[in-house]
Amino acid sequence: MNSKEITTQISEAADSLNLRKWDYGASFSNDYSVQVDNGEAKQLKASQKQILTIRVWNESNLVGITTTSDISESGIKKALNQANIASDFGNKNERTEFSPLAKDPIEVKDSKKRNPVGIKKLLTLLREAEVKLLESHESIKSVPYNGLSESFYERVYANSDGAFRSYTKSQAALYLYARAEEKNKKPRSSGSVKLGYGVDDIDIESCIKDASNKTISHLNYKSIKTDKYLICFSPESFLTIINAFSSMFNARSILDGVSLSNKNSIGEKLSTEALNIYDDGLHEKNISSSPFDGEGTPTKRLCLINKGRLENFIHSESTARIFKTIPTGHAGLGSKVSVSPDWIVVEKSEENSDLKTSLDHSTYEGEFVYIEELNAIHAGVRASQGSFSLPFDGWLYKNGKKISIESATVAGDIKYLLKNILNIESNQKVTTSGISPHIWVDELSITGDA
Amino acid sequence: MLSSQIKSNEIVFGSCNKDLLEEIIFYGMELGADFVEIFVENTDNSSVLAEEDFITSVSPSFGKGAGIRIFKDKKDGFVCTNDLTKHGLMRSVSQAIEMLDITDNKKRGVFNGLDKFRDYSLSKKKWINEVPSIHEISEKLLVSTKSLKKNNKIITRKGSYSRNLQEVIIASSDGTYVSDIRLHQTVGLNVIASDAQYRSSGSRRFGSSGMPLEFRLWDHEKAANDVFESSMNMLYADYVDAGQMPVVLANKFGGVIFHEACGHLLETTQIERGTTPFENKLNEKIAHESVTAIDEGISEGSFGSLSVDDEGMEPEKSVLIKDGILKKFISDRAGELRTGHKRTGSGRRQNYSFAAASRMRNTYIAKGEHSKEDLINSISDGLYCKSMGGGSVGATGQFNFAVEEGYLIKNGKLTNPVKGATLIGEAKEVMPKISMCGNDLELAPGFCGSISGSVNVTVGQPHIKVDSITVGGR
Repeated sequence: MNSKEITTQISEAADSLNLRKWDYGASFSNDYSVQVDNGEAKQLKASQKQILTIRVWNESNLVGITTTSDISESGIKKALNQANIASDFGNKNERTEFSPLAKDPIEVKDSKKRNPVGIKKLLTLLREAEVKLLESHESIKSVPYNGLSESFYERVYANSDGAFRSYTKSQAALYLYARAEEKNKKPRSSGSVKLGYGVDDIDIESCIKDASNKTISHLNYKSIKTDKYLICFSPESFLTIINAFSSMFNARSILDGVSLSNKNSIGEKLSTEALNIYDDGLHEKNISSSPFDGEGTPTKRLCLINKGRLENFIHSESTARIFKTIPTGHAGLGSKVSVSPDWIVVEKSEENSDLKTSLDHSTYEGEFVYIEELNAIHAGVRASQGSFSLPFDGWLYKNGKKISIESATVAGDIKYLLKNILNIESNQKVTTSGISPHIWVDELSITGDA
Repeated sequence: MLSSQIKSNEIVFGSCNKDLLEEIIFYGMELGADFVEIFVENTDNSSVLAEEDFITSVSPSFGKGAGIRIFKDKKDGFVCTNDLTKHGLMRSVSQAIEMLDITDNKKRGVFNGLDKFRDYSLSKKKWINEVPSIHEISEKLLVSTKSLKKNNKIITRKGSYSRNLQEVIIASSDGTYVSDIRLHQTVGLNVIASDAQYRSSGSRRFGSSGMPLEFRLWDHEKAANDVFESSMNMLYADYVDAGQMPVVLANKFGGVIFHEACGHLLETTQIERGTTPFENKLNEKIAHESVTAIDEGISEGSFGSLSVDDEGMEPEKSVLIKDGILKKFISDRAGELRTGHKRTGSGRRQNYSFAAASRMRNTYIAKGEHSKEDLINSISDGLYCKSMGGGSVGATGQFNFAVEEGYLIKNGKLTNPVKGATLIGEAKEVMPKISMCGNDLELAPGFCGSISGSVNVTVGQPHIKVDSITVGGR
């Protein structure tokens, strides 16, 4: 069945069950991926998957939901039935409706949809990449984590009010994670990830180079003394920390009492006036972009922090109604609708005169810790409390020299961090999760072995 | 009762019967496969969320799918699909064969048909009718969230329930032909406490497998008291000072240290990748002599228990470390093929869309001879970790995990609560430093995410003392 046929089938089944109000979201995907081990194919994988989420509203306008992978006629009827029964438990205190924007025009980027290259080409390319990475330095003994994949999928949203949106796209991903070993030293490991609309768009050479350079650059490591340090966050690590605390911008989290913000936080000064943060799901560099969210609301660019002040929250239909605003295109589709950011863009605002511009990670000769990558986010972040304590890969810069840090954690508080931003470098870097320049922060605690 | 309407009345695999399974396996072998495995799954799940004094979400879900794996030499091709028709399964076999590029290969594996059916689901078919109804679950969750409302510092209260019922058929070219039903139920309580600029959170999760009546026996009052006290104790806690220090890790979920620091490194997937420091250490001392560690497939009711693993093998009890000596690795079919370590009934996957991999089940450090007080009394300046958060281990064996509830130890006594601690270290360095084990072994349920998805596991240990470990803090 195609998405139009499924919509028709749901409509007819709903009519037969006397269900007048419903919507659904669906995804249909074909994925192919390969892994290699010393030139040999390890696991080759293909999948064809379908997920259908149906919501129905009962006569009291309470909503119920069911998710299924069975899109047969009987599966659809069963899903509608279960959702109808579940609607008896619908939340009476926070009603859900169709998004008022579910029929608005959507901005569909040039989707650059590619054709599959096939498993054999994926395998050939990954084998070649593994060989090149192993040959790039004598200490690199293996590439324990690697993979090359291509995905083709369709997302659909439709409702009983006549809204229908469908979006097809392709995406490819390469990851290479090298492990280096030297005699009498601890092994070191690092990697790189690249995305593209198709395999041919992926810059394989730069992925190899990045993985190799990052891994071998950390071979000569030393312990760091536990203390407070001037910190420079790489674009990747700053985006990691902003995403980990995105509940600050999340209206759902505010209503649930798990955000550091509250309903009246708009306008609150969070950081230096030099900081702007946007969520921009449609950004041209966002390979994973989608023109609409789970409720069919168009995706858009939204300013979250403007000149250091909280400017907007991200919303679903129901949170927007409670906050007396409009949905922002960040909703999932669930019994309790989740809200999440798409693609964070960090930039320097025009009000940047208070920055210490002498702090440039490529030229600054004073002592500082460069945080390249933050790890174990799921374990070390207390988003509802604002605190974090995270292992990281990074460097101690001192007198113009840099020393790889053996193992350490950085700990702090997100509000302190934002308020103590000293510099936002000029050059922005595009990463797989957003865009950011290097960000300098005064005095965070580093715990090392020394 | 509404629940009987929400539950499936029967679990079906359509026309996916023995004849078809044999036909598909013959087809794969004829095309040149060394080995063909089919994993068919049918699921019926539900979750319920209570927030403050209301039910805010009820989410049933159901589905079917199959994962087909073909081995040729030491490589495998895996295809998953939601299409369980003959056409759909045949197409998946063809695709897996094509991926491995072995069509019309003259060297063919042997398949003599499926063995006698081993039905592990016989006594379990009634489970779906015995689990609590949505109505019953809702009422109990609301009572439990009400129990959390003990003072005005508690600003959010949540109770959540999740039930996963999975029926599987596993058939493969070595004759394996089994069926099983798995039931997992979890219930969790969470609070956030706040007072002026201070904030804390408390959470506990309880879980069982194969015990449909377990939710009814759950002592929600005791659970609510535990969560409340934890959040109150931590509300005004100072941040821990960072540094190297001795720590005592509490029993139950403290076992996550072994899970992360060592357990993952004893899975054959880590040997295949060359990412474990223990690869060539069999029968060598890798831990303090006080440490004996076990991974077992069946501990009654425990969250990681299996009647049969996802490759159709009955799980064995594996003594991984005996008195500090490495005795065994955790192995699956691919692990045995690629590393030579015998399968241990540890082939596990989240669902049909993942190929099985060697994964832990119920993993724990065996009890020792000391009391909890012996361990604490032996430390003049250190940290007591009462409740642990999540953790991870990287490609170099470095692990970390968060301490949710901790207390300073001064002169052999527990003193002030502290927050913000993270324990970091390397497996081969920390294992010899576990110098004392308590006599109070307890197990706790958890979820483990790895190469074959998220699976239910049990972690466990008695109280243990680690002589020195890096504590990240401020």
